[in-house]
Amino acid sequence: MNAAGIIFSNLHGRHIPELTRMRTMASVPFACRYRLIDFALSNMVNSGITNISVITHNNYRSLMDHIGSGKDWDMARRSGGIKLLPPYITANGNPMANALYSSRLEALKSISQSISELKEDYVVLSDCDVICNIDLADVLRDHVAHNADMTMVVKRLPVITAEEKSRVIVEADSNGRILDCEVRPQPGLREQNVGLNIWVITRTYLQSVVQDSIAHGYTSFTHDIVAKNATRRNFRVYRFDGPYGDMSSLAGYFKESMALLNNHASWDALFNVEQRPVLTHVRNSPPTKYAASARVRNCMIADGCRIEGKVENCIIFRGVRVSPNAVVKNSILFEDAYIGADADLNCVIADKSVVIRERVRLSGHPSLPFYIDKSTML
Amino acid sequence: MYKKKECVAMLLAGGQGSRLYTLTERVAKPAVPFGGKYRIIDFPLSNCVHSGIDTVGVLTQYQPLVLNEYIGNGQPWDLDRNYGGVMVLPPYQGKKGGDWYRGTANAIYQNLQFIRRYDPDYVLILSGDHIYNMDYSEMLEAHKQKGADATIAVIEVPLEEASRFGIMNTDEELRIVEFEEKPPQPKSNKASMGIYIFNTDVLTRYLIRDEADENSAKDFGKNIIPAMLEDGLKMYAYPFRGYWKDVGTLDSFWEANMDLLGDRPVFDLYSGKKIFSRTEARPPQIIGASAVLSDSLITEGCEIHGEVEHSVLFGDVRIEPGAVVRDSILMGNISVEAGAVIEYAIIDSDCTVGAKATVGKARRDGGKLTVIGAETEISPKQTVPDGVMVAAGSAEYKKEA
Repeated sequence: MNAAGIIFSNLHGRHIPELTRMRTMASVPFACRYRLIDFALSNMVNSGITNISVITHNNYRSLMDHIGSGKDWDMARRSGGIKLLPPYITANGNPMANALYSSRLEALKSISQSISELKEDYVVLSDCDVICNIDLADVLRDHVAHNADMTMVVKRLPVITAEEKSRVIVEADSNGRILDCEVRPQPGLREQNVGLNIWVITRTYLQSVVQDSIAHGYTSFTHDIVAKNATRRNFRVYRFDGPYGDMSSLAGYFKESMALLNNHASWDALFNVEQRPVLTHVRNSPPTKYAASARVRNCMIADGCRIEGKVENCIIFRGVRVSPNAVVKNSILFEDAYIGADADLNCVIADKSVVIRERVRLSGHPSLPFYIDKSTML
Repeated sequence: MYKKKECVAMLLAGGQGSRLYTLTERVAKPAVPFGGKYRIIDFPLSNCVHSGIDTVGVLTQYQPLVLNEYIGNGQPWDLDRNYGGVMVLPPYQGKKGGDWYRGTANAIYQNLQFIRRYDPDYVLILSGDHIYNMDYSEMLEAHKQKGADATIAVIEVPLEEASRFGIMNTDEELRIVEFEEKPPQPKSNKASMGIYIFNTDVLTRYLIRDEADENSAKDFGKNIIPAMLEDGLKMYAYPFRGYWKDVGTLDSFWEANMDLLGDRPVFDLYSGKKIFSRTEARPPQIIGASAVLSDSLITEGCEIHGEVEHSVLFGDVRIEPGAVVRDSILMGNISVEAGAVIEYAIIDSDCTVGAKATVGKARRDGGKLTVIGAETEISPKQTVPDGVMVAAGSAEYKKEA
């Protein structure tokens, strides 16, 4: 595919401060064995993109650890592959010296050097927290067929809760041409084109946008580029109808995770698509071992776990141990959590390497899951 | 630039493994899946890596396609190296013609050139049909300490079973005084594990000599070891204490898989060094609301809605509601439809067991092991009696009238 990929790894970290205190949004664990960035990366790799840049911001150690050489995505390449672009603090990238970028456009400005060196005719931009399985090659075909400057992937959704207020709403004509776009729309039941934060942009246009933004001090991709130029340039929408998830709070993360557990159709549309597997870092764990005393119902479980207790409606990451007579319900346990005998957990999100001692009882509520920080011992 | 390796491993992976019948119809024995997500060859390969051996020649001959693809560039085992790494060594045509591998010794003989490229002091010979976790560097240390010409790893087996193995009779210093292949009246219970360390020059000398002998079977056990003993070389046994299992028969293959189960498994995948394998990206396992699981190993990509007891399930196995799987091994990509019952069976990959079909008979009721070859479809309500073996690729299994 004649396109390069750029992924923003850190734009929405403030949405889930609990999970991003020690990591980027891109490396937030999700669905037993994945990190959020796996979806954006896999979408690109499965569409034939072999040159991917990941713009980092801060706290990106876990992201480097996860991506490594890129070989798990078959992206350990002599040319191209996956490149992490640590943030530049430059005069032309950011008018406030010694400050990191805070918006998508500023992030692009901060890597203007890399963007100016791109050779591919098209560029796919994607946020890191786009939980979907989309054929980007088809988006590109559509973009090329209409000779567009930019194509935005959208989904028809009602904007009904306050949580979704930061979404971008796109107004398009019947031919799919963008007329206008707005941020923080009024909630309503009507289905609208909601931007999924995935774009295809013609490379030369992206390069001119970045240079122009540096010259004029533009900071907002949506306001200064999309909305301002909608009537002058050929901007289009590409409608995606598959399941899509993103999250803007810990409760949203909890809800999005649990939704997968209870909706097999969206599970299949995300994970069991022919030719488009979701790729991730391989850990070489042994198969999960269920003891004779295990009682497991309605769970998603990764490899490398040892389950001896009772587990219901849970999402269990790699290397978790649940001891005999422990009861874990409606919870999400990240990698290497240890649950002691006779412990009782409900609506808990336990971060990596949490240890819950014997007979400890903890309960949250779906609207306010009880979060336990990384490596805590309780 | 030329760099020397202290020890190079040669892994004999060319055998057919004919006693695994349908499981090795299309793949070489070392490529037979094992333990939920591994293939047999992962065990010696991972052992090499954990023992600091980074140069491994894998000698292939029988059905090498799957094995070649599986080993690839060796990346899953960290054996993709600029110098050394894992290399597949099939028989080849040279200037003086070429030949198939005629016996284990001949296979190594034909690849002496490969060994010479790395100029190793020692050569470790391994076979690709054993399940175990072993640190070869300790064995090499013992070999060096004794100043041995050859060291053979041995494991103590029950004396009544010793007549099935190659038995080493040693003195108190563990020096081998006699080697007996499958002795009717064994004098010791030290069975050869088929793991040898040789000084490279000694091995080279004996391989060349053996090659010239037209009456030789070109086999390590039958020819090379006895010839070395006869010449009074310093040969030592290296006793290994740990789990080691030859998975050369269907029964032992089934047992070795079951050895991974239980609260205190005979062979624990969770203790000791990690076994590496090439894995596909699969989604996590889904355990449905109607699933009943007990004492089993289950892998990524599985979707379980039925009952699974005392079994090993590889990736992408789907068990529908009301289906029962007990005392069985289900290799990758198998569908067990609603109400089907599988008892004491090995089912190779890419099979479907139709709704309400029955495969095998409960082990506790005296059933015999049932084996279904790859890419077989068992029709709904069909019965596959216990002890039956269905050949691979039986598009649809029908009971003979």
